[in-house]
Order: sequence, then C-alpha cells, then structure tokens
Amino acid sequence: MDGILLGLLFALIAYGMALQWGVMNIINIAQGELVIMGGYIAYFMYTAGIHPAFGIIVSPIIMYFVGWFLYKSIINRVVERDLFISILATFGISILTQQLMNFVFGADVVVAQSNFGTTLLFDDSVTLPNAKIFSALVSIVFAVALVLYMKKSRLGRAIRATSQNPRAAKILGVDTEKVYAATFGINAALCGVAGSLIAITFTLHPYVGLPYTVRSFMIVIIAGLGNLPAVALSGVGLGVFEEFADYILGTEFRIAAVFLLLVVILVYRRFKLSKKREYLK
Amino acid sequence: MGIILEVDQVYKHFGGVKANENVSLTVEEGSIVGLIGPNGSGKTTLFNSIVGTHPIDQGSIYFEGREISALPVPAIAKLGLLRTFQQTRIYEKLNCIQNMLVSSKPENDTVYNVFAKIPEELTEKSENLLKFVGLYQKRNLRAGDLSFGQQKLLELAMALMNEPKMLLLDEPTAGINPTLINGIIDRLIKVNKEFGITLLVIEHNMRVIMSLAQKMFCLAHGQLLAEGTPEEIKNDHRVIDAYLGVQ
Amino acid sequence: MSKNNIIIYGLILVFGIGAPFLFPAYKLQISILWILTILALTWDIQGGQMGYNSFGNILFFGIGMYVCSSVQIGMFFPLSEWTASGGEKTFLHTTSQYFEGFTYGLILAGIIPAIVAALIGYGILGLRGHYFAICTLGIGIAAGEIAGGIELIGAGQGMTVPPWPKGIGGTELRSQFFYYLCFLTVSITFLVIKWIYQTRFGLVLNAIRDNEDKAEAMGIHTMRYKIIGWVVSAFFLGIAGGLMGNMIGYIEPTEIAFAGSTYGVFMVLMAILGGKGTLWGPVIGAAVFHIFKEGFWTFFLGWQYVALGALIIVIVIFFPEGIMGWLREKYPHRFGEVVDEADRTAQVELT
Repeated sequence: MDGILLGLLFALIAYGMALQWGVMNIINIAQGELVIMGGYIAYFMYTAGIHPAFGIIVSPIIMYFVGWFLYKSIINRVVERDLFISILATFGISILTQQLMNFVFGADVVVAQSNFGTTLLFDDSVTLPNAKIFSALVSIVFAVALVLYMKKSRLGRAIRATSQNPRAAKILGVDTEKVYAATFGINAALCGVAGSLIAITFTLHPYVGLPYTVRSFMIVIIAGLGNLPAVALSGVGLGVFEEFADYILGTEFRIAAVFLLLVVILVYRRFKLSKKREYLK
Repeated sequence: MGIILEVDQVYKHFGGVKANENVSLTVEEGSIVGLIGPNGSGKTTLFNSIVGTHPIDQGSIYFEGREISALPVPAIAKLGLLRTFQQTRIYEKLNCIQNMLVSSKPENDTVYNVFAKIPEELTEKSENLLKFVGLYQKRNLRAGDLSFGQQKLLELAMALMNEPKMLLLDEPTAGINPTLINGIIDRLIKVNKEFGITLLVIEHNMRVIMSLAQKMFCLAHGQLLAEGTPEEIKNDHRVIDAYLGVQ
Repeated sequence: MSKNNIIIYGLILVFGIGAPFLFPAYKLQISILWILTILALTWDIQGGQMGYNSFGNILFFGIGMYVCSSVQIGMFFPLSEWTASGGEKTFLHTTSQYFEGFTYGLILAGIIPAIVAALIGYGILGLRGHYFAICTLGIGIAAGEIAGGIELIGAGQGMTVPPWPKGIGGTELRSQFFYYLCFLTVSITFLVIKWIYQTRFGLVLNAIRDNEDKAEAMGIHTMRYKIIGWVVSAFFLGIAGGLMGNMIGYIEPTEIAFAGSTYGVFMVLMAILGGKGTLWGPVIGAAVFHIFKEGFWTFFLGWQYVALGALIIVIVIFFPEGIMGWLREKYPHRFGEVVDEADRTAQVELT
C-alpha cells in the first residue's frame, strides 16, 4: 500500500525527467536535488509557521523560476550537444546544490509536520498516514493537470512539436529557446511539488537526492518517453518493489536494491534487444 | 561458377510498412549484378536483410550455400560478405591509413593479434589500396575531414582491405564528382575481374549500372518487378513505368 | 625517441624520484596524485579511447581495496574478529607478516577485479552511450551500499588496515615506502597503456568509438576488445585501490572504497580536463585537477563542493576538448599532425 502511494510520487518526478529527455535530449542528474530543494521550500514555510501543505502551490512556483534560471545560465549551453555532456554538467549542478542546501539548511534530517493524522482501513488492520494519501492524490491531480496542459495549451503544443523535431518547429515559428526554458522550468516545478510532498510524508536531507534521480531514470527507461500511464504504472511498480526490498532485505539494502534493479533491467533489456540485433538507443 | 548468393522469398516489414515482399534473386559467383528501382522500393532494406542488420520475417538467404538469415552482422562479415553504405560509414577521428589498418581481413582478428604491433605488410597493403582509389595523397588526413565523395572512396578501399568474397555496394557513385565516375567504373570492373569479388550494386545512375552489370533486378513497392540483362531491363516498360510513377 | 620526449620523461622521472626529498611535507599528496593519475588513465581506456563513458570504474578500485586488506588480515588472523574489534588493538602483524600479506594482497587486488570485469563485461558492455554510463553509475553506488551491509568486512564502519610494523623505522619510512610504490605503479600503468595503444588494440578501440556498427560490420569481435579493455583497467584500478586503502589507513565503503559520487566521477573529469582520448591528457588532467581540489579544500572548506561543482560545469561547457585538445589546436605541428595544405585540397584523380 505504502509502495503504491510512494510510487505515484516517483512517477511525478519521472514525468519531469521524461519531459526534459524527450524535448531537450538531456539527462538531469540533479533531478533529485531539485526535488529536495522543493522540499526545503515547504520545510521553510513550516518553520515559518505556514502549514507545509501549501508548499504544493508555493514550491512549484519558486522552483519554476529556479529551473528557468538554471536553464538560462547553464543548461542552454548544453542542450544541443552530446547527452553525456548534459550528464556531467548536471552532475556539477547536483554537487553544487547539495552543499549549498547543506549550508543553508544544515545537515540534519528534517521533516515538515503536517499533522494530518491517519486513516484506518480494513477493520483497523491497515494504517495509512493521511499525509501519504494526500501525496498520492496531489500527485495524480498534478499529473493529470500536466497532461491536459500539454495537450491543450499553446505552450504545451509548442513543447510537443519541439520534442518531435526542433528544427521544423523553429522554422514554423516556435521559439525553441523559450520552449526549452519552459520545459526545464516545468520539470523543476514538478520536482517542487514532489519535494513538498516528500517533506510532509518522509524526511529531507541535503544528500539524499541521488536515489530520486536514479528512480526517475529507471522509470523513464521502463516506461518510455511519451506515455504518462506507463510512467505512472512503472512508478507504482517501483514503489511496491522498494517497500518489499526494504521489508525483506532490510533498510540498509533498500537503496542498493534500487540501483541493482536498474542494472538488472538494463542488462535484461540489452539481451532481449540483441536477439533482434538492436540495442538501446 | 555457381550461385554465390541466393535470396529466397524474403519478407520484411516495419510496423505496417511492407519493405520487402516475396523478393527472390540470385547472384552468380564472379558476376556484377545491379539492383535498381525508384526510391522507397526496398533496395537498402534488402541489403540490410542480406547482411544481417535486422532479422527477416520470412524466407531464406543463402551465401555460398549456407543459410545466413539467422546470423548476426559480424558473423556474416567473417564469411566474406560485406556492404558499403549510402551515407558513408568510416572512422572519423582516425586518419585514412588507420581506417584501412583496422579494416584488415577477419582472419587477422584473432586473440593473439589483439596486442600485436601492426605489421609492415599491412601498412603497405593499405597504401596500395589507397593508391588504387586515388586517396594516397590524403592518407594522413582525418577521415572525417574528407569530402563525401572521398569518404565513399575510402569506404570502398576499406571494404577491399577486408578481402571479401562478395561486396554489396549501396549507390557507389552517388555524391562523386562526375569527372571521376568513369574512373570508378573502371575500378569496380577491376575489383570484379582481378580481385575476383562478386558485386551486387544498388545504383540510380543508369549509365553506370548498365555498363557494369551482367544481370539486373528491379524492385518497386517492395516487390520484385523485373529481372534480366541490362538490354532487357532497359526496354521493359514496367520498369520505365515504375520510375515514372505510373501505377 | 625525439628530444622533446626524452626531456619530458626525464623531468617526470626526476620529479617522481626526488619529490619525497624536495617536498617532504607533500609526500602523501603526491602519492594520491599518482593514484588519481592511475584512475584517470584507466578511465580513459573506456571513456576517451573507446567512447564508453563509465561512471562505475570505481567498482574495481573498491574491490581491490577490500580484497587487499582482507588478504593482508585474513592470511594471519580471523577477519571477522578483526573487523569486529577494530583491528590493531588485538592483533599485530610482524614485519614479515606485514609484507607477505601486503604482497599477496596487492596481487589479488589486481587479479580479482580483473576477473569481475571479465564476468560482468559481456552483459554491461553490451549497453551503449548513456545507458552504459548510468548503468555503471548504478553498479558503482550499489557496490558501496552492499559493502556497507556486509559484517565480515566491517559493514558501514568499514575496517582498519594492518598498521605499519613497529621496529622498522617510523612514519617517515612508511610514507616513503608507499610513495615509491605509488610512483612505480603509475609508471608501469602508464607504460603498459602507452604500449597497448600502439597495437591493434588501440586502433580497434578507436574504431569502436568512432563507429561501432561499422567495426562489427567489418567482422571485428568488438566485445572481445571491450572486455579486454575493461580487464586491463580493472587490474590497475584494483592495485591502486589496495595501495590507497593502506595509505589512508582505514576503508569505508561509500566514501573511500566505492567512492562513486566523488572519485568515481573525478576520474571522468580529470580525463576530460586533460583531454579525452589522448595518452597524456589524463596525466595532465589529474595533476591540474588535484591542484584545484587541494586548493578548494584548503581555501574554500565548507564550500569546496560548490567550487568543485562550478569547476565541473565550467570544464564541461567551455573545455570539453580538454587541455590536450586545446594545445593540439593551437600547435598542431608539435603533435605530428602536419598535413600539407596541398594534400588537403588536392582533387582526387582516378586515371
């Protein structure tokens, strides 16, 4: 149960990752850091006395500008180049922000208390913190909202056009610079939402970003770049897997299990494709 | 001289597109055979199928009597069946000589040779073949710095370096300076007669293929439309219609 | 050998041998520099020469480190007791035990990672591009997490290495010993790598980088070369790991052994900074990087990763060809890349 709720959260982050990968052909290693940053915004509100649930509104707004700023300063120089360069550049961003957050917020593990209470299901045999239910619902709402936005709005259509063929889009008058900046901003905003949810449901720590990045990467390679339902499903699958691993192997091996799963999936894919004489592009 | 390559009722589709439908052809050892057809008729797909780039859906392909449709590309290459590409494929950052050296015949690619120094004879052979295609003067240039036509010549030389038994050439004269085309035709004839390499050539330049080939196959819409000698094909109205787009 | 080359090699030799006497306070630093150079050189076999950017080579470094210490200890004492008790308090190596253990430890530190590379190579090296990069990243980090869970080798606390035997000189001798061992190892690594690049192996690696499909289409056993390359890297990385573990004095799974997010990425950066795909690039890159890093850690402590992150971004965006690449463009004739203008522009003639 926990796994499903967790998985929906992962799916949100993964969707942002897929967005950047598909539209701009970059892999953002700092995705996890953006999530944590978003979480710290909610935490900050909490320490300032505002209920952190409002973080789901404030955080994406602030994070959108953070993302926009990151794009204009760094990412735009990396976009039209080799994917590997984007991996390294975003790695630089990730270690930079990790220490910045450490500096600003300290290295302690923190939580933003939401005091949502718990729900009891199935005759009191299953306890669900309401915070987690809240997260799941918010994730779903935002995901759906995003998909609608991408389908209906001008910017959404511009983004989709650019992802299919940047040059053609440019010729047809789409300002690809703006599209890229917006995409990165949207991704950051998504991370902001996810981060605020994590701040209420789990814990925050400056150096716990990388596993989120890896999870979202995994979900994207399983689900493919286009497809929100697939992303959601894979996210849930991963969430459930993680909870199982935690339960069976113990918490110390939880992260290892996630990373190993990534390796297993990739190698499995590679062997399946090689039968058809193809390889992962 | 027997049949060196036999394509037997091959089908290949991509999604909904039927790229090759029931295509059969044979190539006699030591001959030059042409493969023509309008754009999109499935010629390059057929090459890819023969050489193992993708599996085929139905049918068989025999090289020297051996069924190869289940083999991967390196295995087929080692049997002596190579192809060149429409968009050239060379090693851009290496210079021409290095491109040649690394293309030496597969028998050289043993475990013991992994850390062997490059033997003198190989360098000599590379230089001779580069001279053959007219690239000797450019032998120290980075392959990526060559013009498109020059890269095509390099690719041909690299294929020859590999000492194949049969070579599939995908539009060997496309992009080549017209003044050089006669030279290319001469060389291809030499490659066939003196080096003894069987050639299957995709060409759009009718003058070239007519003067090279002893037999021709024409594809259209993924199917085999006609086969015969150049004379027969030239006068076959179905072929003419296919090129002019008449259904 | 050209005059320039002799001078360069000579200078490095003089520096290498003389450094402990010229800069005695920096012995450990320069030893680490040699280790970093090995990291960069071996990474470049995959990254620069073959085009396979690995973020997981640290796996071999960590395995080597653990193997070396485990052998050093396990040959004479029960390993689990050592790690449980904190080592030197209850067991002490005699001089001969120390060196015997260390010798076998180093040998196995080279061999075991090499075997691991051969075993996982077939699966992992079949991945390409960014998939290979991220998969290896996953392996590197997972290894650290797993090692952190194994009680026998100290779990999250890690383990201490056997201390320098009492009675044969003190810390002076110890640091000199390790220094020269590091310098010797990096020299051997460099010479071996230099040699293999001049053989068919070097050419095939480059061909794989430039067009792997073409190489396969020409009948080359690409997987064979890929695996051999990784085995060579793993061997030297393992030995480097064994040396590093002993120099530092203790082994911690995620920060020291399988330091995936630090040294694992540093090796990539050093090679890129110096010039991917060249022989000297990683060497220069390691030196420059090390100087920057030490500078950041000294002057920017507390902000050092911020500075490092910024440096990474700058290198990657403005300097992707690295120092060697930049030099090559400015002074092409110094690198034997003289090409006659006439040759470049000549028309091809086929008569």
